[in-house]
Amino acid sequence: MVVKRRTILKGMLGTTALIAAPAVLRAQAAPFKIGLLTVKTGPLAQGGIQMEQGIATFLKEKNNTLSGRKVELLVADTGGNPAGAKTKAQEVVERDNVNVILGPLAAFELLAITDYVRDKQTPLISLAAAEDVTQRKANPFVIRPSATSAQTCHAMGDYAAKDLKFKRAATISEDFAFGYEQMAGFQRVFEDNGGKVVKKLWPPLVTPDYTPYIAQLGNVDCVFNGFAGSNPVKFMRAYADLGVKTKIPLLAGWTAMDDALLRSLGDEAVGVLSAAWYSADFESESNKRFVAGMQKDYNVLPGGYSAGMYIAGQCVEAAIAKLGDKVNDRKALADELHSVSLTDTPRGPVKFDKYGNVVGDVFIRKCERKGGKLVNTVIKRYPNVGQFWTYDEKAFLAAPVYARDQPPAKNLE
Amino acid sequence: MNLWLTLAVNSIALGGLLFLLSAGFSLIFGLMRIPNLMHGSFFMLGAYFGVTFLSRGMNFWLAALLSGAAMAVIGGVIERFLLRRLEGQVLPQVLLTLGFAFIIGDISLMVWTGDPWQPATPAHLQGALQVAGLFFPIFRLVMVGVAVVIAIALWLMVDWTRLGAMIRAGVDDAPIARVVGIKVSQLFTLVFALGAALAAFAGVIGAPYLSVYPGLDFEMLPLALIVVILGGSGSLLGALVGSFLIGFLYNFGQAMFPDLAYVILFLPMLLVLVLRPQGLFGRVVS
Repeated sequence: MVVKRRTILKGMLGTTALIAAPAVLRAQAAPFKIGLLTVKTGPLAQGGIQMEQGIATFLKEKNNTLSGRKVELLVADTGGNPAGAKTKAQEVVERDNVNVILGPLAAFELLAITDYVRDKQTPLISLAAAEDVTQRKANPFVIRPSATSAQTCHAMGDYAAKDLKFKRAATISEDFAFGYEQMAGFQRVFEDNGGKVVKKLWPPLVTPDYTPYIAQLGNVDCVFNGFAGSNPVKFMRAYADLGVKTKIPLLAGWTAMDDALLRSLGDEAVGVLSAAWYSADFESESNKRFVAGMQKDYNVLPGGYSAGMYIAGQCVEAAIAKLGDKVNDRKALADELHSVSLTDTPRGPVKFDKYGNVVGDVFIRKCERKGGKLVNTVIKRYPNVGQFWTYDEKAFLAAPVYARDQPPAKNLE
Repeated sequence: MNLWLTLAVNSIALGGLLFLLSAGFSLIFGLMRIPNLMHGSFFMLGAYFGVTFLSRGMNFWLAALLSGAAMAVIGGVIERFLLRRLEGQVLPQVLLTLGFAFIIGDISLMVWTGDPWQPATPAHLQGALQVAGLFFPIFRLVMVGVAVVIAIALWLMVDWTRLGAMIRAGVDDAPIARVVGIKVSQLFTLVFALGAALAAFAGVIGAPYLSVYPGLDFEMLPLALIVVILGGSGSLLGALVGSFLIGFLYNFGQAMFPDLAYVILFLPMLLVLVLRPQGLFGRVVS
C-alpha cells in the first residue's frame, strides 16, 4: 500500500482546477502539503476512512485553499499498526516533504512516531488519545484537538455522581491502554464525588460474545463502558438481549456511542448516556456546514473521527493565516498551532494548553429515537474542559499516568 | 446460581454456532487435508451476504439459506479451479487460502465499508424467555435448535447414506477409495462447497448477536481451528463435542478467570496436541 497520489487527487473532489491548471500557475507557490496518516484496511478502517472524509470535507469547503495558500493532501494507509505508521510517517516527511501530519488513528501508532516527528521537527495533529503524549512526555510538535482518553470520562464521572446521584458503578472496557485510561478518569471523579466503583471488567480486545462479562456485573446503579470500534455494537446488543438494560442504566465513553456508529445500532442504544467532545447534534455554524457536507458527499452522520480531522484542518488554516509565508518553517508552525484559538468549530470553542492538548467543551448526550433515526441529544454541556479536569495540574502530573490499576480501585467487591 | 445458569445456556448457544462453523472445516480438513484458512472469511462473507439480503427485507431463514447457497458456489469454484491444482502440497495450500482470506477481507471492506452491521433479530424470535427471574434470549435458544437439526442431518448423511460412506472412505484412505471406484475428486468439490455453505449459514445465524465487521473472519478462524483440533479432524462427533467444550470453556473461563481468557481457550488445545495429537475423536491416519 504505497501512498497513491492519484487516489488522493480523486478524493479531493474539488481539485479539477488544480489538475487542469497549467504548470506555470501551480509553480507560483508550492502547495502547502498535509500528510494524512490513516487506516484504510483491516479492523480499524472504519475510523480511518472517517478521518479521511472529515479532512476532505473541510478542504472541499475551502476549495483546497487555506488563507490563500493552495493545499495538497497526501493520504497514507498505515495498516493500523505501529510499524506501518512509522514507515508511512517517514514516507510523507522525507519523500513528500509535508508541512504537517494529521493522524494517526490509534494510540500505539502515535507512540511509535512521536520521537520521529520530534527529530524531524514536523508538526503533528493527532486524535489518538495516549495521555502521556500531552502530559508527562509532552512533545512540542504534537497537538491533540480531540481529547485525552480520560478527558470526557472525567465529565461522565461527575455527571453520574452529581446529577444522576449514582452510588455504585461497574466499569467495563477493552483490556488495553485506551480502556484503562478512560475507566481511570471515570473512576477518579466518580469516587471523589462520593461514588464507588465496585467492579472493573476487562474483556480482551477480541471478544465474540460479552455475555460472560455482563453476567458478572452484579448489583450496581450504573455500568460505564468504554468500548471502541465494532465492539460497542456487540456489547449493547448482548446487554439488551440479557434484559440487563432495563435494570441498570448504561453509560458510555465517546467511542462507544460515536454518532457515526448510530446507523449500526438499533433500539438497544436508546437511552444510553454518553460523554463526548463532539456531537453531530451540536448547533454551531461550522458544525451545521460540516454535517451538511458529510451528508451530501458521503451520506453519513459524522462522528468524532471525521469532526476531529475537520477541526485539525481549521487549526492548520488558522496557523497559515497567522504565519503567512513563514508557515514553511515547521518549528514556527508547531509553535503557532499550540497557540491556535478558535471560536467556531464543530465542537464549539477550541484552544490548547501548554502541553498541546485541547481545552474544549464536553457534552453529555442521551441517545433517542427521533423521526425513526437514532440521535445523541445533548442534555448537558461542560464548558472549557481541560485534560486535568478540576485537579491541580502539578499534582495531576506528579501522580502516575492512568492505568489498569491507577488510580487504585479500593472499593472492588 | 443465576450467573451459572445464564452462562450454561449461553455456552450451549455459542457451542451450537461453533459447530455450524467448524463442521465444514473439519470435513474439509479430514477429507482433503487442506487447512482452509479461508474458513473464517467464508463465515464473514456469508454474514455480509446475509445482512445485505436482510436489508432488502428478505426473510431471515431464506437469507441464511441463500447466503449458504451463494457461498457453496464460490467455495466450489475456488476448490475446482485453484485448490485442485495444489493437491497434497500443504504449504502452497496454506498460502493460497490465507491469500484468499486477505483478498476477501479487502473486498468486503470495499463493498460493505468498515461500519459494523448488525441485523435485527428476526421479529418472531425477539425477546427473552423469563424463567425464575432469568432472561434467556429466544434467538439463542433457536440457534441451538438449528445447530442440533443440522448436526443430526449431517450425521445421517455421513453415517447412513452412500454419499456419506464415500466421504468416510475418502477421509480414511483416499488412494484406496479411488481404487475401489469412488470419484474422490468430485467428493472434494462437494465437501468443500458444503463446508463453505455451512460457514456462511453460520455467519448469517450468528450475525444478530455477533454483528458483522472487518476482522470478524480472523476472530472466528482460530475458534474453528481449536474446535477441530480438540475434536479431531474429519469427525463430526469431534466437531460437536469440541464446539460445546469450547462454548463452556469460553463462557465459564471468562467469567471465572477473566484475565486468562486465551489461556483457557488455548491450553486445552495444547494439551490435546501433546497427549492425543489426533484429537479426542480423530482417527490415527498413517
